[in-house]
This record gives sequence, C-alpha cells and structure tokens, in this order.
Amino acid sequence: MHNELKSQVLKLLASGLRLDGRKATEYRKPIKVEYGFTKTAEGSAKVTIGDTEVIAGVKLEIMTPYPDTPDQGSIMVGAELLPLSSPEFELGPPGNQAIELARVVDRGIRESKAIDFKALCIEPGVKAWMVVIDLCTINDAGNLFDVCALAALAALKNAKFPKYEDGKIDYRTKTSEELPLQEEPISVTVLKIGNHFIVDPDNEEELVAEARLTVAIMSDGSLCALQKGGEFAIKLEDVNQMIGIASDGSKALREAL
Amino acid sequence: MVYARRLDGRKFDEMRQIEAKVGIIKRADGSAMFRFGNTIAYAAVYGPRNLYPKFLQDPSKGILRCHYNMMPFSSAGERVRPGGSRRSKEISMVTKNALLPIVNLEEYPNSVVDVFIELPQTEAGSRCAGICAASMALADAGLIMKDLVAAVCVGRVDDRVVVDLDYSEESYSGIVADIPIAYLPTLDKLTLLQMDGIVPKETLMEALKLGLKACMKINELQKKALKQKYITEGVEDAQ
Repeated sequence: MHNELKSQVLKLLASGLRLDGRKATEYRKPIKVEYGFTKTAEGSAKVTIGDTEVIAGVKLEIMTPYPDTPDQGSIMVGAELLPLSSPEFELGPPGNQAIELARVVDRGIRESKAIDFKALCIEPGVKAWMVVIDLCTINDAGNLFDVCALAALAALKNAKFPKYEDGKIDYRTKTSEELPLQEEPISVTVLKIGNHFIVDPDNEEELVAEARLTVAIMSDGSLCALQKGGEFAIKLEDVNQMIGIASDGSKALREAL
Repeated sequence: MVYARRLDGRKFDEMRQIEAKVGIIKRADGSAMFRFGNTIAYAAVYGPRNLYPKFLQDPSKGILRCHYNMMPFSSAGERVRPGGSRRSKEISMVTKNALLPIVNLEEYPNSVVDVFIELPQTEAGSRCAGICAASMALADAGLIMKDLVAAVCVGRVDDRVVVDLDYSEESYSGIVADIPIAYLPTLDKLTLLQMDGIVPKETLMEALKLGLKACMKINELQKKALKQKYITEGVEDAQ
C-alpha cells in the first residue's frame, strides 16, 4: 500500500527534505493557540498547527470520589474524530483511533500530575470535581496527537470554576478561580519512515510511516508518558533517538502556550 | 404583559450580530461558518462521493445526508453527552428537508452528498445557524443548486413579534413562542417551519413576514461571504 508515495517520501528525506519542503524536525507554521474559543465551556482553546485544527473544551462536573482515592477528584478525556474534519472519519461511536488518541492525551495530563487531584476534592468520599476535557477535530491535516494534547492543556489553563452553592453548579456564573495546575506536559510524536525520523507529520507521511512514538515531556525535560504506535518494530537505539528529537521538538510547542 | 424593550436592547426586527465565512475547513469539499451572536455553526460538505452500501444508491439521483451535532462543551449548562440525542436526530432530519429542495441531486446519480454541522458554542437559534452554514457550504462545494437557504428564528415575547430570539428571551418568564423558519429567497418558499408556543394566527403571519425580511438580509450576507473567497487581496474590483 502507498508504495509510490513511500518511495517518493524516502527519496526526499534522503536529501533532507519533505513533501511540503520542511526539514525533518521542523513543525508546520503557524503554531497558534486561541484561548477561550468557546464561551459555553468552563475553559477552551483552539489549536492550529499548519492546517490541522482542534478545539478543546473543559466542562466541570461533580463526581463521587473513587473508593480507592476518596480525597481526590479526577479527569476524563474524550476525543471526537468528527466526520466534518476529514473524508476518512465516519459517524458513530469512537473507534480505536479516537480512543487511543483520548487515552494518550489523558495519560500525559494524569501522569505528569498536571492537575492536583486532591485540590479537586470538595468533601472527602462524597463530592469532588471531575474535569472533563473534550477534543473535537475541525480539520485533520495530520498530527492529531500533538495538536490534541496541546489543545487539552491550553483549555485547562483557560478554565475557571463555575459558581458552586448548596450542592449545585451554576454554570452561567463563572468565578475567577482557576484549576489547580502544577505542571505543563507537552506531547511530541515522532514518526519513523525508513531510517528517517520526522516530527509533525502531514496526512501523507502518516500513511507511509512505519512506527510512531508519542512522548509526553514535562517542563524540566523529564518524560511522563510514552505510546508506541504503528505496525513495525523499533530498536532500542531508535527509541533513544526519537526521545531526543521529541525533547527538542517540545520547545517550539511550549513557546506557543 | 407588555414587552416594551428587548432584554439585550436590540430592536424588535434586529438580529444578533452575524458573521459568515466560507472555506474554513481545508479537507472538506465545501465548508462554512455562520454565527448569530453567541451561537456558532460550522458546516462541512463531502461529496458528491460514492455511496456504500451499494443498495442505498439511486440511479436516478444522488442522496443528501445531514448530521447535526452539538460539541460536548457547546452548552452553557451541563456537558452534552456525545453520541446524539432524539433532539439532534430530529434537527438533522428537518435540516435535510430544509436543504433538499435547493440541490440538483439528479445531477449526481448513485452518489451521496454528506453535510456535517457542528456547533462549538450555542445560545439559541442553533438549527437556523446550522442551516445557514450548510447552505453556504453546499455552494462552496460547487454543487449545482437552485437557490441558497436562509434560516432564522422568529417568535413572540408577550405582545411583541421579535426576530432571532436569544437565550434570555427563550427562557423569559412571560408568554414566549419561537418559530424557526428557513426560506428560499429566489423561489420564495419556506423549507423549515416549526413552532413552540401559543400564537394567534394573525401574530404568526406577522412574525413570518418579519422572518422573510430577516432571511433576505441573511441571504445578502451569505452571497457576500461566498464571493469574498474569490476576492484576491490587492486586486481592485472591476466595477
């Protein structure tokens, strides 16, 4: 499948270039974060990288804390690959691709301890805040992993608690209180095509990639989540190289926040 | 009761601020955005494309499919659970019926034209914004069409006839009725007509007349947005 395209991509990469003229580790332009894109959400952001656009929205709900963590709130991440955003996406419940995307974004936020779950507790064992992050794709021109992760983080930064009184949420009145954020994880996905590594793939590069590694990187440079994708096996030295590229790549994304 | 002044200060025949744009989604064959105040609708058109399963194909004409969806965070209240509701199914259907008469589907046998409407933010009037955006997206996709569709909500608030009700009017404590309509300006016909609330017949006809006027204004903005895409910066208009 896509043999012609793949040989074309490989030929270009051998001379240090890509289909759209970028270098292997270069992100598309612009990298844009628009905070507060949706007024009805408690927090929201629209992130654009090249032609890829994603809207992330945060809604806050009241939950009963989980029995093993009675003094903590929690998060939930959902991703909708809207059929509006690509001819390849179809209607229906989330498929494998959407579920993997949502779970990878979830892990980056959860494992970096980006949100202080204890500060979300209202009454231990009884009530806590649940932070629901929904990701909606507007245009899929490739690299949804990084765009979604960035949008989720931006929406969290933008969120304000609604008024909460007598056990009821008044969604129409926002307070000035922000979410208890303590870390800003950035996800960078590196693709392997032949012996080459690239960041920020477009649709065609995603089609011909052999392996994919998504790396979530904290502000001090340490790693907090990984996800290998793609059907090909990768070597340990590949992992080493891909993580290095991801760490460098995360700087450009962090600057956009 | 007397509704002397609109809650947000608009004139009785004044719509909320409107924004219309086409070509906003690159991967779609046609796309548009339409905004009434705080209600924003995106529409994308894919097709005409092959229709599967094959038994759905009609050799005499193409089929039109519409899907209306509110994003989970698009409501000012609780999160909207993804996956559709009875409400979104009905709106998808009336939207399709509002658009069907304008597309020359006999030009596209065995094919399907898919229209996806997504709302990132809503505050009353979402089905009308969706229809306005969808109609522009169909035109942007270059489909053969007879007309554009303009849609708006009219209604009564106490003793007054108003156009484009917002949330504060929809949830007003007095007597409220809202009447979403869709209108084909060239063919002079309605393709959507719904009503919730008690309205005497004379008031209804008065409201509809007001609605048609508003639709004509929307139609102008839609045409302007469609032309805007083809205006190159720095090139003066020949006229």
